[in-house]
Amino acid sequence: MLYREAGQFKTTYAADQQLFPIRQDRIGIAILLAVVFVGVPLAAETPAIAGAIDFNYWFSGVLIPFLIFSLAALGLNILTGYAGQLSLGTAAFMAVGAFAAYNFELRVPGIPMLASFILAGVVAALIGIVFGLPSLRIKGFYLAVATLAAQFFVVWALTKFGWLSNYSSSGVITAQKLVVFGYAVDTPVKRYLLVLAIVSVMALAAKNMVRSSIGRAWMAVRDMDVAAEVVGIPMMKTKLLAFAISSFYCGVAGALYAFAYLGTVEPAGFELELSFRILFMVIVGGVGSIMGSFLGAAFIVLLPIFMDLSAASIERSFGFALPAGLVSNLTLILFGALIIFFLVVEPLGLARLWQIAKEKLRLWPFPH
Amino acid sequence: MNSFSPDMTAGRKTGRPILEIDDISLAFGGVVALQGVSFDVQEHEIRAIIGPNGAGKSSMLNVINGVYHPQQGTVAFKGRKRRNVDPHEAAQQGIARTFQNIALFRGMTVLDNIMTGRNLKMKSNFLQQAVYWGAARREELEHRAKVEVVIDFLEIQHIRKTPVGRLPYGLQKRVELARALAAEPELLLLDEPMAGMNLEEKQDMSRFILDVNDQMGTSIVLIEHDMSVVMDLSDRVVVLDYGRKIADGTPDEVRNDKDVIDAYLGVAH
Amino acid sequence: MQFFFEVLIGGLLAGVMYSLVALGFVLIYKASGVFNFAQGAMVFFAALTTVGFMSMGAPFWLAVALALLAMVALAFFTERVVLRPLVNQPQITLFMATIGLTFFIEGIAQLTWGAQVHALDLGIADEPIEWLMRNTGMNISKFDLVASGIAAALVAVLAVFFNKTRTGRALRAVADDHQAALAVGISLQRIWVIVWIVAGFVALVTGLLWGARNGVQFALTFLALKALPVLILGGFESIAGAIVGGLIVGASEKLAEVYIGPHVGGGIESWFPYVLALAFLLVRPEGLFGEKRIDRV
Repeated sequence: MLYREAGQFKTTYAADQQLFPIRQDRIGIAILLAVVFVGVPLAAETPAIAGAIDFNYWFSGVLIPFLIFSLAALGLNILTGYAGQLSLGTAAFMAVGAFAAYNFELRVPGIPMLASFILAGVVAALIGIVFGLPSLRIKGFYLAVATLAAQFFVVWALTKFGWLSNYSSSGVITAQKLVVFGYAVDTPVKRYLLVLAIVSVMALAAKNMVRSSIGRAWMAVRDMDVAAEVVGIPMMKTKLLAFAISSFYCGVAGALYAFAYLGTVEPAGFELELSFRILFMVIVGGVGSIMGSFLGAAFIVLLPIFMDLSAASIERSFGFALPAGLVSNLTLILFGALIIFFLVVEPLGLARLWQIAKEKLRLWPFPH
Repeated sequence: MNSFSPDMTAGRKTGRPILEIDDISLAFGGVVALQGVSFDVQEHEIRAIIGPNGAGKSSMLNVINGVYHPQQGTVAFKGRKRRNVDPHEAAQQGIARTFQNIALFRGMTVLDNIMTGRNLKMKSNFLQQAVYWGAARREELEHRAKVEVVIDFLEIQHIRKTPVGRLPYGLQKRVELARALAAEPELLLLDEPMAGMNLEEKQDMSRFILDVNDQMGTSIVLIEHDMSVVMDLSDRVVVLDYGRKIADGTPDEVRNDKDVIDAYLGVAH
Repeated sequence: MQFFFEVLIGGLLAGVMYSLVALGFVLIYKASGVFNFAQGAMVFFAALTTVGFMSMGAPFWLAVALALLAMVALAFFTERVVLRPLVNQPQITLFMATIGLTFFIEGIAQLTWGAQVHALDLGIADEPIEWLMRNTGMNISKFDLVASGIAAALVAVLAVFFNKTRTGRALRAVADDHQAALAVGISLQRIWVIVWIVAGFVALVTGLLWGARNGVQFALTFLALKALPVLILGGFESIAGAIVGGLIVGASEKLAEVYIGPHVGGGIESWFPYVLALAFLLVRPEGLFGEKRIDRV
């Protein structure tokens, strides 16, 4: 009985175009925002709760990587899910963002940190455009090869050109301390809030874009590019914009990855496997869905943690050590099986399952 | 002359040609699709292209809006002659079309599909759209209003938010027409708009086509197999067979033309 | 000059290895339109299974036979669990499913046989051919030459299979048009199982050769990726293309590493084939042997 649209009529197009046209959704989102922005940090500061839950672990090990990967998944979703251009080079663009931000901080004295991040995104966007140029002539798997070229070339270049990593061995860089608008962002809570703020703003921007004419242009190119051209959608501009914006998102995610999560990164940490991981997030979460990027990231981040915790508790309860590598192999198997499962059962991923759940909720408690 | 106000009745056939096809030849490798085809389309008229299967009718439409590039000949639209044009440019110049095998965007709703027809006219850049509030939102609402006029005109209000993949064939065709109309074209190319429809649907579609021509003054080039539709709707008819033009005139003239009868009856030639 | 030939021939022979992997791809793509990203994992699995059985005491020929059986089982499993449920989905979906399959196979392989590197000895030494060394001073490995011979034999067998047998004809029919093949009574499911078995056999041969050369290890999986530039050059549907493409990629990769590499710090093998393929695609999107696609609207 709770989730009903009865009585909520829209009398203007403006009302119809709202992000959350259903009142219950608006309330839900308000509560969610309150919890993540205010509730969680407050709980972390409250001694009673902080004693029971290891907030530092949850912030640094779960929530922050979840948010950062959501951002990267968002970027990939824009390119592959909305614009239909398959990309296997996500990690490379993250690497560009990380190293660009590092270099801006290093070489431009007094540059505000947020400016470094934004500029890092812009650099990634430019590289994205370069490797996106082939998309004007090539489609489908063949395009995947272009992005693979980007993936391998970028990692190689970051290792070989010592200037980029300030001549450290094997290209390792240590991100500078996070200082935003004069405040030192040095505790897990503060890092969490910074990443949360950046990701929220960028997610909102992405949502706005996909419901505007650029989003429709991307989807048109994805669904039938010949028809898109006939309707008057400019192919080159649309595709390159998809590459640019997607790479911007991945670049910022990469910068956050280095500055707010790992602290120290190297080119070898941005290999093909990371690109695949983010692709999985998009597949599992839902292609062509903003929320799906978050759901998929949550799933892929939490799954290994869940596996490790299960293994640890099994070892404890039964008192023997599981063979080395068992958990990691099982995780691989589970990953693979889940990908296939989602593609077979619900190709539109968790986001679609969520939508179906909401539709059932509309009818609840009636069966149909 | 091409606004959306349904009260205005645009003038019929001013006598000026909006489209002039001159000696077009098109071949794919060894397969000849069109050979030396020439005809014109008057402003505000409804011109039908008919002919047996494989005559080259769809190819002709594809040449007009730039999907295929002919090896020879020119197309003059609104007086400007050219041989090759990009589909995108053709759209910009005011040509819109529908396809034989429905070319709708399956991942989007009806409303979004029709809104893509307005894409050319939307000027806000991606940054404004990322922010949304302000210029982009105003533009969205403005064009939404225009699209709603088309939706009303084609009576598809009830399926606005339905993903097009779920619609029955006849409605999909109507949505495709809506998308073409949303662009406010001066020349509308319709490739078998009635294919696969039952009698009632055909009557509806015919009414819509006539209304488009009447109220919006849009010139229409129409490929159709149903002869009664062709006779009722069109002002003039072009007949193609094996890539060549074999007749050109009013429906009555064409119906009684010996070459046309031979072509349809399959007399060897 | 002699050094150039040495590098060239070494590259060509290495290229033969790439061709073998690409061959597996082409077979599956030809018959089912699926781009099987899991081919690399299949190579790894086949090699690892062979070595695993050998380490349990089985003689070489038995281990190979058992591994082949495992590949057959894998083929049935894949058809049932991956291909059949996804039969009408777009290509990209099937491709992503094979990515999932890759991880699945890797996990199973390592779970069963362990993750350490295994050595595989086929009895052919990786030594220079002596009379060639004596007469021309060129250093060409015996092993590489034998591997090429095996690959050539394999291709010949496959060519005969495709062109002269009934099943081969059915495979070609399915590759052309699924619906039409169904209409003449060809069972798609049976064909797909057969194709994956053949691809599995090719994977086994590839795995044994690669494994003998580089050791049977996880990295074999990423062979799949090197096959991509090969397929781009040679087209996705041509066996001849896979061979020629492999040779070109192998040769150019080695030559580039030797002649261009020193100027830019080396290690360009990691990306050179891809950039080459990319450049090629821009000029000829359908590959050397591929068919030009005309999109009918």
